Amino acid sequence: MLSLLLAGLVATVVIALLGENPLHVASVMLSGSMGSLRSLANTLEEATPLILTGLCVAVGMRSGLFNIGGEGQLVVGAFVAAWLGTKLPIANPTVHVLICVLAAGVAGAMWAMIAGVLRARFGAHEVINTIMLNYVAFISTNYLVNLPYFKKPGQIPQTFDVAATAYLPRLTFLYKYTRLNAGLFIALAAVVVVWVLLARTRLGFEIRTVGLNPLASRYAGISVVRTMILAMGIGGFLAGVAGAERVLGVHKHFISPFPFGYGFGGIAVALLARNNPFGILITAIFFGALASGGAQVDMVTNVPRELVTVIQAVIILFVACEYLIRRSKPKEVCSSE
Amino acid sequence: MVIVVSLALATIRKSVPLVFASTGGFFSERSGVINIGLEGMMLFGAFSGAIIAFFSHNAWLGVLAAACVGGLIGCLHAFVTIVLRANQIISGVAINMLGAGTTVFLCQVFIHGERSFSLGSQDRLTSLGPFLPLTYIAFGLALGAALFCYRTVPGLRLRAVGEHPRAADTQGVKVNRIRFFGVVASGVCAGLGGAYLPLFSGSFAKNMTAGQGFIALAALIFGKWNPIGAVAASLLFGFADALQETLQGRAHLPAQALQVLPYVVTMIALAGVIGRSIPPGAIGKPYEREKPEA
Repeated sequence: MLSLLLAGLVATVVIALLGENPLHVASVMLSGSMGSLRSLANTLEEATPLILTGLCVAVGMRSGLFNIGGEGQLVVGAFVAAWLGTKLPIANPTVHVLICVLAAGVAGAMWAMIAGVLRARFGAHEVINTIMLNYVAFISTNYLVNLPYFKKPGQIPQTFDVAATAYLPRLTFLYKYTRLNAGLFIALAAVVVVWVLLARTRLGFEIRTVGLNPLASRYAGISVVRTMILAMGIGGFLAGVAGAERVLGVHKHFISPFPFGYGFGGIAVALLARNNPFGILITAIFFGALASGGAQVDMVTNVPRELVTVIQAVIILFVACEYLIRRSKPKEVCSSE
Repeated sequence: MVIVVSLALATIRKSVPLVFASTGGFFSERSGVINIGLEGMMLFGAFSGAIIAFFSHNAWLGVLAAACVGGLIGCLHAFVTIVLRANQIISGVAINMLGAGTTVFLCQVFIHGERSFSLGSQDRLTSLGPFLPLTYIAFGLALGAALFCYRTVPGLRLRAVGEHPRAADTQGVKVNRIRFFGVVASGVCAGLGGAYLPLFSGSFAKNMTAGQGFIALAALIFGKWNPIGAVAASLLFGFADALQETLQGRAHLPAQALQVLPYVVTMIALAGVIGRSIPPGAIGKPYEREKPEA
């Protein structure tokens, strides 16, 4: 909470420096994010992938791994969704969508598990490897999308549009032109599933134990290698599904470079929510509101939308420091050195 | 023959920002602080270098500003991770986002509503021989870093603090002070690497570093956390980039195969398949004395 207040303060000062009235900007922000059904739909549309990538980061973090490869896992999932969405001749929409979403998830999972295996088997730091895998994903999908088999003729490196059977239906009852789609329900279901997984299942228990103390887990008979790889895989699955949501529900095609930032946004979401799935739902909607409100602010005032990125960064910094202010309260810690 | 010479020149030009930033990464990581914020620091350097050169019509002033701003961001990373002992990776991620957001934001403030701007010819550096003067500075800096770290006492201390801070502390070395220096130095170097980009290409554009901070990190790892190794890796990655541009549209080899090279070889090196890269012993761990003296 303190971090949010401080970040708000920073934003106020910056806006004032630009010679705009912070109150005016705040009111535009508010109306642009939840002032009407249209802006509310925009907020939820922005929040949908953030819920999934936030969960992706959280599952990894609970197992003690920092998965900052959500960006790349999302892109891989998005590409696979576009591939199957354009090429699979399936007449039944439910089956087609299901196959695309699941395949995107599996692709994201496999991408993430590369880093998981390298960490668990070779001890190579997952942070470096997920960063490298992000770029490998951007570059290789850029190669693939330019192949004649995928590429829609023209100057822009994008695939053909996916078949209508692969569309995630848009929630047009909220607002006629919204891009908000059934992916929202997938994300909501994922929140519940991840909560149950972490809090109520054996695997979830193992993930949390490995995160707290890998050495003790090994003595307790938990396979650390298997748990780490699975935690990365589950995270990658969620990020891959987020990619499918973007393609099947919003863009209808894969384009290179793919719209950027949901993976890193997920880090902010998970941090602020302290890796709690229901907290992630709330913080993702909060960041979704910042994004949709920020777009409105960009249009009607002199304040560019990048302010939102700055606010996100400031929140991350403050949250990282806030953790420590709490932790430094007197407390017995068993050191494992 | 002409093509070989031009390829060699392009290789060196492409590797300059990588040499700067990986030398920066070296100072920070060898002192025990992970710096994945190099990308953000470079972006800050690119913007501040370009904007100061643009307004003052003096490129060297821009270079100075980039070094200062880079150092300042280094201070931020150092303060958050060393003084407050926050997670070094989180701080790095935040700095990258801060760089991506703030530079575009400020660009719009100074250059009304634009996300890019061009430098006039009087705002740019004059070449010294075939290269910009910053090129010689970059390679000199890397050599200096190597001599500093392996031939001087403060350099030994920097490495000691990164390998085994407690042992260094018992020898009377001020662990956190040296780490602070290491991180600030990395910001200065990354800022200079960033400044090279607009001063070479003649314009600043949104997110113009395009992942070079991460490639520099890759060069550092591939070069086994050693400045000379990092220079060699930077040259290799620079060569891949130059070759990719030269071959564009001429060969059947897809450009992406060369673009992907730095990332793939880094992952292989880290996994230890060919000549394992081993990180400094205490990297990523904040240092505090067990109990402050009562």
